[in-house]
Amino acid sequence: MKRVRLQLLLLCLGFQALSGQIVAQEAKRIADDPELERRVMNLSQELRCLVCQNETLADSRADLAVDLRREIREQMKAGKSDKEIISFLTARYGDFVLYRPPVKPTTYLLWFGPFVLMVIGFVVLFRYLKQRRELISRQPLSPEEHRRAKELLQVVPEKEPA
Amino acid sequence: MSRFVIPLAVFIVLVAFLAIGLGHDPGTVPSPLINKPAPDFRLAQLHEPTKSFTAQEMRGQVWLLNVWASWCVSCREEHPLLVQLARSRAVPVYGLNYKDKREDALAWLTEFGNPYLLSATDTDGRIGINYGVYGVPETYLIGRDGVIRYKQVGPITPGILQETILPLVKDLSK
Repeated sequence: MKRVRLQLLLLCLGFQALSGQIVAQEAKRIADDPELERRVMNLSQELRCLVCQNETLADSRADLAVDLRREIREQMKAGKSDKEIISFLTARYGDFVLYRPPVKPTTYLLWFGPFVLMVIGFVVLFRYLKQRRELISRQPLSPEEHRRAKELLQVVPEKEPA
Repeated sequence: MSRFVIPLAVFIVLVAFLAIGLGHDPGTVPSPLINKPAPDFRLAQLHEPTKSFTAQEMRGQVWLLNVWASWCVSCREEHPLLVQLARSRAVPVYGLNYKDKREDALAWLTEFGNPYLLSATDTDGRIGINYGVYGVPETYLIGRDGVIRYKQVGPITPGILQETILPLVKDLSK
């Protein structure tokens, strides 16, 4: 068991080293301005690649993602703010490119729906509990029901399985 | 009685939502460019690279802009329909040759036929970004006023052409 765990650990470390290498290679190609590159990556973490929709623009190797990162890089070089670049992209691709959709009337359901459901759940739960408590205090068990409950609660010792 | 009715109702609502969800294509992202002016561009023509083509010069006409590439597999699927549409002269079809090599694009048109009055070459995909292109083929229907009225992501099907695009062309040409 211990050996397996060690192997797993080594495997993970190996992967990490490998991925480190890949990142280093990427960076080498475009490392003329590491500060700018960090800004590009930070912003593209927030953006969705439209081709492979579960990937961020930063992670994706799709052609379009490379082009869009180039676009972002050039706009940053031209002195545009992150906000301006985001509005550039949403004007062309819609809010869908944002991993954090803006709060506006069409997204109210998305943002607040879960909380509304939770409140409804609590209301239903409290009403149900209140109803049950009232029922217990209003009509306590009759002697006959008491006897049956006792009978049901008495554990009949079962035969131990062999 | 309500013990069964409520969970059943919840279940039916859930199934209805899931059924609607199944009908949606997650690959189709609604374009914010609908009913917005088509972004202008000046690009070299594919057949005569010394000449240029601009979106501006199409003002006053209803036209289709079809984004295509020789490397795009679905474009082949759509192509015969475009050729047919061009022959019918129902609406002028222009091409935006997206991120392609000139030789490849020309060879492709020779092989499969050229439905385009002309194609503009967007070699580095910048105009594609302005049009919100994310998957070729994409087709834009642009009105006389230069406003995008419809966008088709993925190949045009005969159904979409007959039921959506051609009626819209008719409306816009009035």
